[in-house]
Amino acid sequence: MSATSQNGMAKAVVFEDVSLRFDEQVVLDGLSFELEHGATKVLLGVAGSGKTTILKLTLGLLRPDSGRIIVLGEEVTAMREAQLFELRRRIGMVFQESALFDSLPVEDNVAFRLNEEKVPQAEIRQRVLEALRFVEMEHSLKLFPAELSGGMRRRVAIARAIVSNPEVLLYDSPTAGLDPVTSTTIVELLVKQRDVYKTSALLVTHRLQDAFTMATNYFDKEKNKMVEVPRGWDWDSKTSFLVLKDGKSLFEGDAAEIANSRSEYIREYLAL
Amino acid sequence: MAFSLTEYAKDSVLAVQEYSILSWRSLANLASHPRYPADILQQMDIIGVGSLPIVILTGFFTGAVLALQSANSLARFGALSFTGQLVSMSMVRELGPVLTSLMVAGRNSSGMASELGSMQVTEQIDAMRALGTDPIRKLVTPRLTATMFMLFFLTILSDLVGLAGGSMIASLLLRLDLNEYWTSAWQTLRYADVFMGLIKPVLFGFIIATVGCYYGLSAKGGTQGVGRATTQAVVAASVFILAVDLVVTRLLMVLLGPL
Repeated sequence: MSATSQNGMAKAVVFEDVSLRFDEQVVLDGLSFELEHGATKVLLGVAGSGKTTILKLTLGLLRPDSGRIIVLGEEVTAMREAQLFELRRRIGMVFQESALFDSLPVEDNVAFRLNEEKVPQAEIRQRVLEALRFVEMEHSLKLFPAELSGGMRRRVAIARAIVSNPEVLLYDSPTAGLDPVTSTTIVELLVKQRDVYKTSALLVTHRLQDAFTMATNYFDKEKNKMVEVPRGWDWDSKTSFLVLKDGKSLFEGDAAEIANSRSEYIREYLAL
Repeated sequence: MAFSLTEYAKDSVLAVQEYSILSWRSLANLASHPRYPADILQQMDIIGVGSLPIVILTGFFTGAVLALQSANSLARFGALSFTGQLVSMSMVRELGPVLTSLMVAGRNSSGMASELGSMQVTEQIDAMRALGTDPIRKLVTPRLTATMFMLFFLTILSDLVGLAGGSMIASLLLRLDLNEYWTSAWQTLRYADVFMGLIKPVLFGFIIATVGCYYGLSAKGGTQGVGRATTQAVVAASVFILAVDLVVTRLLMVLLGPL
């Protein structure tokens, strides 16, 4: 086994010099980054900077023009579609517009993957309830996606992504277009998933405050809520930031580093 | 101009390639697990049972008008008693399969294109792939199986109803003997006719499902894109059916002998 693939084994997600263009437009230009097991990486960048593309590449929904992508020790870029279905079952994705199956009720949406895996019905029901309870949506089993509000749909989408206990979670702007209160509820769910289940995650967001909340809060199991980390605590949020510009990584680091960055672009971006 | 022509040619070749891959994969999926019997049954209900009224009505009126028109020509040669034979040959070999398929194409190619198209533009297809399920296996293959299977039986039904429509005209307007009508209609059919009439719906069913699903899965650009995909699916499926009909008819005539 080569050094790089051993390196890939130890990480949840590895991008090596990944480039992709749609027609004439360069989306990613030699992007490299690594996501440690149990860590969360927040992807920041203006609209159209390729954040969603990164998530789709991670799942193998899109293919890069060049470069390698290794997810959970498997080289996505070298796999055929048929082989990818197995790997995708170990990854959960929350789409920006939730992408719930609108002809299925909430219960069947969340149970979709378990049904596909032919899990016994009694167990499916229990796990679906558990996942819905996690996002506090256990009372809407029989409702259809069209009957839910935006925030509720996002929560069901999270339940659908976590029901099979994935090793990696990909969140595509889970708080976009939501009011501040609902956004905080969603962020709390992400923090809970990170701190209670230690799931590795890539988080795309436009809302900086959400990203900073993730970095400065931890989930208190006893109080069953998200609590701000007191000053002076030696605590690793395992949350880092990656700022994209023109298809390249402009900045990589933790919350304190990004806040103190001297890059004009980042300062301007943060001010927004 | 040259640039746009090359682009157009490239796009066309790409479309044919993607359609072929989709068709191949949707068929190849039948050979391996998982299969989705519940989805196949549901599609059979939607496509088969749902198309019953339209197929019965189309078949009946086609048979009736066929009897009326052919009687008009046959009477000039004093061969009115051949009405049953003519209706039966035309219905079984040609009009039953083609008209049934065109009707089902109008109803179900559009249905598949709009359903899968809506799923495509709202990322539900990507979500399905992300959940580790092959959308071609889960969505296209059941529709393909159900359409091919049900169109076969719908065509048989359409042939029968068409003959009944013809018999109504024959007895009420032309004052022909019903017994003679049905006997001549039955006796004129040879195995080759029936074979030709029943191989066609299977091929046309394949076209209806693959074209409908192809346009649905390649829909782009929101609700407008879904609308466009739906229209294109019906047009393409209908033209494709008529073109394949000509080729298959000629081919079978060569293979099975003339008439």
